[in-house]
Amino acid sequence: MQLDNRYRFETLVVGSANRLAVAAARAVAEAPGTVYNPLFVYGASGLGKTHLLGGIGQLARALHPNLTVEYVTLVDLVEQHHAAVAQGATDSWTARWTDVGVMLIDDLQFLTGRRETQTELLKLFASMQQRTRQLVMTSDRPPSEIADVDERLIARLGGGLVVDIGSPDYETRAAILRTVAAERDFEVPDELLNELARIEFRNVRELQGALNRLVAHRSLGTGELRLDDVLRALGLEVPAPAARRSVDDFESFLADVTSAVQQHVETWKSRLSEAIAYWAGEGYRTALLDRAFALPSQPDVDELLDAFAKSVERLRKLEARAASVDPSLGGQEAFRDPDQVERAAELVSRAEAGELPPPGPSPAFVRALFEVSTSNLLAAKAADAVAEHPGKRYNPLLLHGPSGVGKTHLAHAIGNEIAARSGGALSVACVPAQRFVDELIAAIGSGTVERWRARYRAADVLILDDVQFLSGKERTQEELFHVFNTLHASGRQLVLTSDQPPRRIPDIEERLRSRFDGGLVVPIEPPDRLLRERIAARTLAQHGHDADAEVVRVLADQPVHNVRELVGVVHRVLAAADAAGVTPTPAFTRRELGPVVRPTPSRVTMRAADSAFLDREKVVWDWPDTHARLIEELR
Amino acid sequence: MSLVNYATREITCKIVYYGPGRSGKTTNLHYIYSQVPADRKGNMVSLATQTDRTLFFDFLPLDLGSISGFTTKFQLYTVPGQVYYQTTRKLVLQGADGVVFVADSQVRQLDENIESLQDLHANLAEQDIDARTVPLVLQYNKQDLPAGLIHTQVELDDALNFRGVPSFGADALHGPGVFETLRGISELVLRKLSPSGGE
Repeated sequence: MQLDNRYRFETLVVGSANRLAVAAARAVAEAPGTVYNPLFVYGASGLGKTHLLGGIGQLARALHPNLTVEYVTLVDLVEQHHAAVAQGATDSWTARWTDVGVMLIDDLQFLTGRRETQTELLKLFASMQQRTRQLVMTSDRPPSEIADVDERLIARLGGGLVVDIGSPDYETRAAILRTVAAERDFEVPDELLNELARIEFRNVRELQGALNRLVAHRSLGTGELRLDDVLRALGLEVPAPAARRSVDDFESFLADVTSAVQQHVETWKSRLSEAIAYWAGEGYRTALLDRAFALPSQPDVDELLDAFAKSVERLRKLEARAASVDPSLGGQEAFRDPDQVERAAELVSRAEAGELPPPGPSPAFVRALFEVSTSNLLAAKAADAVAEHPGKRYNPLLLHGPSGVGKTHLAHAIGNEIAARSGGALSVACVPAQRFVDELIAAIGSGTVERWRARYRAADVLILDDVQFLSGKERTQEELFHVFNTLHASGRQLVLTSDQPPRRIPDIEERLRSRFDGGLVVPIEPPDRLLRERIAARTLAQHGHDADAEVVRVLADQPVHNVRELVGVVHRVLAAADAAGVTPTPAFTRRELGPVVRPTPSRVTMRAADSAFLDREKVVWDWPDTHARLIEELR
Repeated sequence: MSLVNYATREITCKIVYYGPGRSGKTTNLHYIYSQVPADRKGNMVSLATQTDRTLFFDFLPLDLGSISGFTTKFQLYTVPGQVYYQTTRKLVLQGADGVVFVADSQVRQLDENIESLQDLHANLAEQDIDARTVPLVLQYNKQDLPAGLIHTQVELDDALNFRGVPSFGADALHGPGVFETLRGISELVLRKLSPSGGE
């Protein structure tokens, strides 16, 4: 979009309500990407936010002719994004904006509810800030008050400088009226303008509108015009003298406070706190800077901030190197603390030497939280045996069953148990098969397959979740075959999970399938009634509700196919109870869940239920032409 | 209470309106409340008796928006003036960044004023605060009453203002002097922001 040439800093009237915003805007235009990035300006409609954006744009263009400056409203940006998605050209959309030197986005409040755009913007902003591109945004409210926006995006929006523009005070209103009158060659006596300025218009647009109407009225009228006439002409009430005075009271109080703060606040602390807010918004730990506040004397802030920025830069480079070795290392805490650069460097060198173990099991999945009943008893017993004697009892152990029955939980729990029992001496690698594939692809791309292979071969226990995803991945299967052999031959434990037994996984090499089958293959069935009751009771207890036996029964009655669905049902009831401000009772639970509708048993389940039904001849509704046959039999 | 929190970029000023019963402390806050634009003020909390005397305290939060990158908030409190609410007065006074002493200008109230001012100093001393270091201004309220009933500002300065702090005549019911007082105390309090602490 084109920047409106009328919107320049020279035509912007500065008062106490917008002084800070204008100062920040100028600083940004003079040194884009270096001072306040992003700059977020908010204020009610008609207070000059778009004018400010225009000012930044014009000044930045004048000072940095080589820089691309783009102004866009959020609605336009969203539309362009939609068009790019429709044309399958999102990459070029991202590339187009990433290369912009100064991006000015107006009306950011319209982000509400646009989840997809938010995700794209988050990526775009992160990439722009990494390249020190300047972002300036306006909105009618502060970032934290824009409803339904991803918290990461809010943090990023507020990570630079957030500054508001208030309603103009009397002096500013008077100055604006004079500027506009001069621009448009209106001849209005100053005292009339001053009187008009006393009215508390909510924004500059209304103020300008009033001036226009005043001039129009004047050109039609005859004789001397008094303010009261003007106010009546404008449809406004004539303010009482006392009311006029009091407005000045508060505003002059505010002006006094503003100037006192500006005068007394220690600038170095102010700079430091801005830097802390910025780096914290970028996700870095700022303890190094925080400590400077406690120093007995004023530190060299420039030196401190410079050193901090250099440490961050070093961390970013280390993080990029680490991620090229192992994508899971990207975003790790170690790369977020400029106090610990050396630790991060050590991590990278260990990763590059292939010394780092692959990711371990999630600590959230512990054995104690895995409820056992008939439907998963065998699997649980096998898991316990493996945890007790890794590599000796069932190797490999393959758990299979439909989605959501707890295979992943149990597999991770085995890993956690083994790690805990060995006191951390055994290294447990626990990875979803899909990620195993992705890692291999990345390793092939970066020529680091040897290193990748070495990491898995060094593990004492390998847990591979959802091996059905290896279906058709020939190269990964080959790699796994070798890793499998290495581990198995040296008595190290393998645990696998799958949504079906090995013989049913399609496109798996026979040599691998036979190895999967060679240990113990054990199913986990959908939760039986007792298990459903236990899980319902535990979920209720986890949310601080006493497990009322009848409520638990109602919940366990629900026709669910797996544990995840059941937990979802419990959460739904709890959320409804919370919203209604009540404790879930049996009646409430029944009402919330509605009548239990049991699905008609499918042919397959009926057959499984009774072998008699296997005989088609014995199932009346399977008889062809029942009517005719009945008559024939009767005859 | 710290005046400025550099980590969260907040400036919070707690100002306590102190003075004898019925001198007009709550009236000051009511006037300020009536004049502050709606988006700048929080709810005024008043815990008053049925006869409109302040039983516990009044609290008026003012949000002055972002100033030099700092979210600036003022918290205005009043204490109950009646002698028997000593404990509440002590509580409210804790952590005050500045004190406005509201004196009743009526001739017959002079003793109450002096007593209350002594009470203020005693309460500060009890909290190990040197009264000379606390930003303080005096307000001589009810200056709109007939001249025969009240002391002039000069007379009140002589009687009460032995520290020579800024003093303001006021008519809190109608407004004159209310914001002048608030500006006066704010200026003293905000001086504490500077490295020298305004010394």
